[in-house]
Amino acid sequence: MADLPGTSDWIVGLEMPEFIRGPITRRDLALFAGGSHDHVAFHIDSDAAKAAGFDDVIAHGMLCMAYLGQALTHWVDQDRLLAWNARFVSMTPLYATINCRGSVLAITEDATAKVARLSIVAWAGPDRQALVGEALVRLG
Amino acid sequence: MAIDHRHVGETSELRTVVVEEGFLRLFAKAVGESRPIYTEIAVARAAGLRGLLAPPTYLFSLHLSAPAAQGDVFDPHGMAVDPSRTLHGEQSFEAFEPIYSGDTLMLRTVTTDIVSKKGGALEMITQHTEAFNADGALCGRMATTMVVRNG
Repeated sequence: MADLPGTSDWIVGLEMPEFIRGPITRRDLALFAGGSHDHVAFHIDSDAAKAAGFDDVIAHGMLCMAYLGQALTHWVDQDRLLAWNARFVSMTPLYATINCRGSVLAITEDATAKVARLSIVAWAGPDRQALVGEALVRLG
Repeated sequence: MAIDHRHVGETSELRTVVVEEGFLRLFAKAVGESRPIYTEIAVARAAGLRGLLAPPTYLFSLHLSAPAAQGDVFDPHGMAVDPSRTLHGEQSFEAFEPIYSGDTLMLRTVTTDIVSKKGGALEMITQHTEAFNADGALCGRMATTMVVRNG
């Protein structure tokens, strides 16, 4: 892993190390359904997916959000992740590769804390954003 | 079928959920997580943690694992949302205290908003869930917006 600035050295524009998962397989969706307690059928059963109007099963949005969470906790210890959010802007198809990226938008400091606000995006392909959101990371 | 807006403000009971080690390990396997604080109890304990660390989205799974008797969106006697018509719209998390395997948490969910769009073809339901640990401390809070396709 390349040398990364310690959290005391963060600056606006600093980029999160890219984190890549996938291609997402039916096995991934089956394990994620079981492990995450999301048993909604159109994620795991092609017949149900077609009945719901999809071509085939689609990935759980929360699987991609879990990948984004991993990207963040590979960059900073989880106890620094104060808050984070995502909008699910497009559905993630089977076989997608997810590229998680982020960058520092702002750093604020007051008497109690120094906090970085990050922009975070999970891409499901070169032109397709699956999740768009922000995270607040405690620097000090 | 439109969702009755009387459900806005509906608050669930405080329901109990145990954070189970086996499900955390399966979740980790499912997302390709191999770091020991998330997967190996002996390593987590040797590092001073009381169990496996629940990863940053896990409160959502705990909520799914313990559906509320009152105010669950899928309750056929309540909002009666059909899961096959739902999509996840937005999700946010606030972390106050870490959550570990072996913890017993209490969850409470409030339906804060129901919005109809496109003449009722889409409805968006927002719920906020808080999780309290055995010390009574707020350990996590999340907001979920589900999109229901009626058309």
